[in-house]
Amino acid sequence: MEGGFGQTLALTFQLAAVTTLLLLFIGIPIAFLLSRTQSRIKPILEALISMPLVLPPTVLGFYLLLAFSPRSALGNWLVETANIRLIFSFSGLVIGSLIYSLPFMVQPIQSGFESLPNHLREASYSLGKTVWQTLLRVELPNIKPAVLTGIVLAFAHTVGEFGVILMIGGNIPGETRVASIAIYDEVEALNYVAANQYALVLVVFAFSILALVYTINRRMLRTI
Amino acid sequence: MIQILLRKSLHAATGPMTLEVQLDILTGEFLAVTGASGSGKTTLLRLLAGLEQPEDGHIIVDNNVWLDQAKGIQLPIQQREVGLVFQEYALFPNMTVRQNLEYGLRKGQSKAIVDELIGITELDQLLDRYPAKLSGGQQQRVALARALVRRPKLLLLDEPLSALDSRMRARLQNYILQAHQALELTTLLVSHDYREIFKLADRVIALKQGRISQPDLPETVQYANASDGAFRLSGEVLHLEEAGSGFSVSVLIGTNVLRVLVTMESLRQLQPGDRVEVLFDAQRTMLTKA
Repeated sequence: MEGGFGQTLALTFQLAAVTTLLLLFIGIPIAFLLSRTQSRIKPILEALISMPLVLPPTVLGFYLLLAFSPRSALGNWLVETANIRLIFSFSGLVIGSLIYSLPFMVQPIQSGFESLPNHLREASYSLGKTVWQTLLRVELPNIKPAVLTGIVLAFAHTVGEFGVILMIGGNIPGETRVASIAIYDEVEALNYVAANQYALVLVVFAFSILALVYTINRRMLRTI
Repeated sequence: MIQILLRKSLHAATGPMTLEVQLDILTGEFLAVTGASGSGKTTLLRLLAGLEQPEDGHIIVDNNVWLDQAKGIQLPIQQREVGLVFQEYALFPNMTVRQNLEYGLRKGQSKAIVDELIGITELDQLLDRYPAKLSGGQQQRVALARALVRRPKLLLLDEPLSALDSRMRARLQNYILQAHQALELTTLLVSHDYREIFKLADRVIALKQGRISQPDLPETVQYANASDGAFRLSGEVLHLEEAGSGFSVSVLIGTNVLRVLVTMESLRQLQPGDRVEVLFDAQRTMLTKA
């Protein structure tokens, strides 16, 4: 069990790190487009992205299980063409976490973009700068607190994920066994000491990272 | 020369209206646009900048076509060579004053222009500060300098000084005038402030419900006759009242109210709203109906 403890925590944070990094590249363009669009389907898109906020994680996990299963069309196709098995695998967990934590990345960044005055963008365009240059040099640097909030929320939320992983990942040590699953497992086995170790690490982690974010945000707001 | 013909339907607070403007601006001219809020001034400016598109019209700047709806040409704002100064300054908070200015440089453009503008707008003491640490007047000097870094063909000023107090405003007007002259700019200023317009502009047009009209200039002081040594002011009767042994009339002249003592006879001919002339000479003040 001792080796398992470190391995499980490492896997937990590895999953959260990979998910957060990918979400940063997926979330910023989505947030940017949502903040800019006047399209009529905007509420539909927003609702889709925010669904994981209100759905029980097991619902999402259930449908992902069906989709990833080698007996489904998608799962079968993935196995046949690329030999990728998403069910009970780390890559499957990453995809599940991407969907599950997407709103936590998109929402803060979107409201960051929306809170920036239009004049900044227009001034940059009038200075000959493209949409892309303006995004990188004016808009993103001025919503750093929002981006940081998105990163931290997505990371922390992925660390705390349980239902989705239980459905599609199972409990394979070193592959899909993350801390929240391990706690459940140890309690089932009446191994309260081990459960407490995992739980304490998560409590300390959650507190430190939130305290860090609030400190950094306060400092950033003071300089802007 | 800049030839402008623009038409666009607007939904103003007062209901739908059409902005319809035909206008030529001479190279080097300082043109002021005035008019009530909702008359289309800011839209005109945004159409020129390329921030909004008209339904119809063209903008031709020194034989370069910026916009020709008939031919489907719409240069994006990035290619229009305009300088924009907003009432809200719009400085980039993440950059120092110097970085804000250098952000405007074209690829490969020499930094000499930045130094020249720092000189004109006297920013040398502020270069390493961030916008949050500057006063309104200082911020607007930076915004002005930044808008000029690319040496725009047309400088657009959208009520640039209306957030400043009157002392600061007078100083900023000098900077604008100096920059306009030193860089031989063509400038379009949107403003409500007649003092500003008289000080800066070569020509003024007014927009009324989206169309160009004669500006309602403030009443001007005229010398009635060189021979009688008097001068007259015209204005509008606001109020009639008894004053001690006689009667007095309050007259609105420009934005000031003047009380003039009159006889019973003149009082009988007057009512609020009448246009009148007030005549002054060395001995007396007289009021006549215009």
